[in-house]
Amino acid sequence: MAWWGWAIGMAIAVSQTTNPLLLALALAVITVVVVSRRGSSPWARSFRLYLWLGVFIVVVRLVLHVLVGLKTGDHLVLSLPSVQLPSWAAGITLFGDLTLEGLIGAALLGLRLAIMVAAVGAANALANPKRLLRALPGALHEIGSAVVVSVTVAPQLADSVQRVRRARELRGAASTGLRAIPAVALPVLEDTLERSLLLAAAMDSRGYGRHPHAPRGGDHITSALTLGGLLAAAVGIYGVLDASTSAFLGAPALILGLALSALGLWRGGRGSRRTTYRPDPWRAAEWLTLSCGVAAAAAMLLTARHSPEAIGMPLEPLAWPELPMAAAAGLLVGALPAWLTPQPPRPVRRGIPTRAGRVSAGV
Amino acid sequence: MSEAIILDGVSIHLPDQERAVLSEVSLSVPEGELALVVGRTGSGKSTLLGAMCGRVPHFTGGNLAGRVLVDGRDTREHRPRDLADVVGVVGQNPLAGFVTDTVDEELAYAMEQLGLSPSVMRKRVEETLDVLGIADLRGAPLRELSGGQQQRVAIGSVLTAHPRILLLDEPTSALDPTGAEEVLATITRLVHDLGVTVVVAEHRIERVLHYADLVIHIGDGQVDVGTPAEIMRSSQVAPPVVELGRLALWSPLPLSVRDARRLARTNPLPLAAVAPTAPANLPQAAAILQAEGVTVRYAGGLVAVADVSLTLERGSVTALMGRNGCGKSSLLWALQGTGTRSSGSVLIGTGPTSVDPARLAPAERRRRIGLVPQTASDLLYLDSVGAELAVADRESQAAAGTAARLLNRLAPGIDEAQHPRDLSEGQQLALVLAVQLCAGPEVILLDEPTRGLDYAGKEALAGVLHDLAEEGRSVLVSTHDVEFVAECADRVMVMASGEIVADGPTAQIVVSSPAYAPQVAKILGGDYLTVAQVHEAIALSVAQVRESSTGAAP
Repeated sequence: MAWWGWAIGMAIAVSQTTNPLLLALALAVITVVVVSRRGSSPWARSFRLYLWLGVFIVVVRLVLHVLVGLKTGDHLVLSLPSVQLPSWAAGITLFGDLTLEGLIGAALLGLRLAIMVAAVGAANALANPKRLLRALPGALHEIGSAVVVSVTVAPQLADSVQRVRRARELRGAASTGLRAIPAVALPVLEDTLERSLLLAAAMDSRGYGRHPHAPRGGDHITSALTLGGLLAAAVGIYGVLDASTSAFLGAPALILGLALSALGLWRGGRGSRRTTYRPDPWRAAEWLTLSCGVAAAAAMLLTARHSPEAIGMPLEPLAWPELPMAAAAGLLVGALPAWLTPQPPRPVRRGIPTRAGRVSAGV
Repeated sequence: MSEAIILDGVSIHLPDQERAVLSEVSLSVPEGELALVVGRTGSGKSTLLGAMCGRVPHFTGGNLAGRVLVDGRDTREHRPRDLADVVGVVGQNPLAGFVTDTVDEELAYAMEQLGLSPSVMRKRVEETLDVLGIADLRGAPLRELSGGQQQRVAIGSVLTAHPRILLLDEPTSALDPTGAEEVLATITRLVHDLGVTVVVAEHRIERVLHYADLVIHIGDGQVDVGTPAEIMRSSQVAPPVVELGRLALWSPLPLSVRDARRLARTNPLPLAAVAPTAPANLPQAAAILQAEGVTVRYAGGLVAVADVSLTLERGSVTALMGRNGCGKSSLLWALQGTGTRSSGSVLIGTGPTSVDPARLAPAERRRRIGLVPQTASDLLYLDSVGAELAVADRESQAAAGTAARLLNRLAPGIDEAQHPRDLSEGQQLALVLAVQLCAGPEVILLDEPTRGLDYAGKEALAGVLHDLAEEGRSVLVSTHDVEFVAECADRVMVMASGEIVADGPTAQIVVSSPAYAPQVAKILGGDYLTVAQVHEAIALSVAQVRESSTGAAP
């Protein structure tokens, strides 16, 4: 839970800047923390996947820039013929002269998004999503379990694809290529459906979704509260992130929105009588992690308000970016959890691993 | 005594089925009893259990007439989730029903849904860990447990809600003999110590019969309820010990090995003096598959098969036994050539034509060595039996109709227009076996083929394997089912943690092991393994008596 707070803080910090020095620093901080504090669950291995997704984002951003981007600047890199689109798409020019300024700007925007994605990936790798579920308010519990169960299906799916492909080979047929798709997909689909039905039946028989005394009347107030809260929170986040709006739209709107949402969730959760076995404790280490994330975001937001030119990449004229001390220090504070939090517990391993276990470990 | 479960005039129609699965069933299970549900494959055992926990018809759909009362609650008004605090349900495949990752979280899940306080949960989790004897597994990941441990956790995960009734659908079908014993010991302990009412559906009746207070027999939609001895006298399915009792006309009918041994001492069977030989073993049969130092190592360093050398002979049926997860499947896949093989060599055939199956193209490979995997239905993907058979002919470049002829021999009377998924497990197995035999391999490997087969199905399969051996092929079958091994195998290999620890003729290997001895051998000593052998011996002795009396007369 605390890791998610930390990751959101890092993401907010990153979203403010296009300064390559700060971006590189943020990426380094996230990577260091993930590498030193991730557990040994299959989730922990997913970070690399998010990094590749980030690379993909940067590449797509560059390609889009070459295709339709607005090309400005003086440093010509490559001269491409520009294609004027017909009148129904007036104003869009394909290709055109590529400038250094444009390319760097596009790459940095892509990198910013990629690092925000990496921050989310870091949270995913550091905290088991199933544990996040336990911290969800009662009203969201059922949606939450559905999401978590559907995520758990992925390793099982990989397992059954592998099994069916080997079975295809037993029949002497190629297990790859277009023609093998129906032969592999059908048994896999069948298998997945069967598993889901079994799981659903098991959860049902164990009391999932029991509402002994579901309150009916309060539903409208609950939804009004939640909806209003979400709207206010959205406005608030916009206000906080956009340095040019008035101060009133920022923090106060956000706080009001969160309060309304919390009230709505509390009302919605009253009906369900669920409890939590051994809830995750919230101790000093959790506070520390959360406050490191908040510090990183706060330092960046302050720099953005007071010296907005320092955290952007100077493109016109093109120049070497300066390193704003406050923002950099904030990001470095974000790296502290890598040393100050306790090591993740190593799970006890016993018995002979099943084949399923091996496959999920390999994914 | 009050009744835990009452069914009153219950008829069940499932969707897409014309005939009623169960019709006009009235029965009651008294509190604190262990009831065993028996019947042929597809007779409606699971449906009956489903009706007792409200899954039928709330979850499956269909139509239920009559009334089902579970601990006084009518399933018409109560959905399965509303019965969660009185009924616990455990299925065949525990892994499919797990919601969380670790043992203690899984045990707590049902209690969280019921809204119990954290202190009660902590206490009950600890108590349940002790009752099941799995306290040292508290924080272990569920996927890494052995089959028997997983099944015990699954039982524990419903026990923590303190249900009055426990429903178990084939709890031991996937387990090795030792794992099954653990689970059954746990179940009897629950009945005796905690007074839980337990209803178990089981194919391998020999494992549970002597613990049961009550047997519910389902045959052709009709349900009979009675004491084990009453029902077993005329049951369509019966374990070897009961078959032996019926053959020997023992009364009362023995239900456990111990009863039967006592009866055998007081009324000895008229067995022929000559001990029967084990099923004909061809003298010095030619080797057809030779494996040297086969090792299978998976990513992550796990060694599933460690340096195994073996020889399979023409015209023999060999059984491969061993605990869950000891490497049997990995060995079969490695021998066949499709699976991983880290080192070692496998050669099929003799002399200059011998070849390593892993080097062959898949289509060529299956002409030399065929494998029927654990989930046989993975091989089926077309929408009718006829289409599967036609494709099999084409894949094997066999004459049209070859596969259909094979299937007709293995399991006569399957409608070719049927969808393969609608077949019973035995019929699916027969179809896959026909598809694989179509290519005419010299060696056939079968991975756990007896899952979900009743006694008649297993007997038919044993007959088929015997015929294959007679044709000069070599059959290697991995299984947990000792009775099936006694019936069909000439030779038994036992695996433990990736190595072959015993290898020899069936009689020699299984009789000497406490876990693998078949019931008949436990009763009559090592000379006989199956009821059929005893039957033969009695016939022989009767013939001898007649011979000697006619010889003495003149």
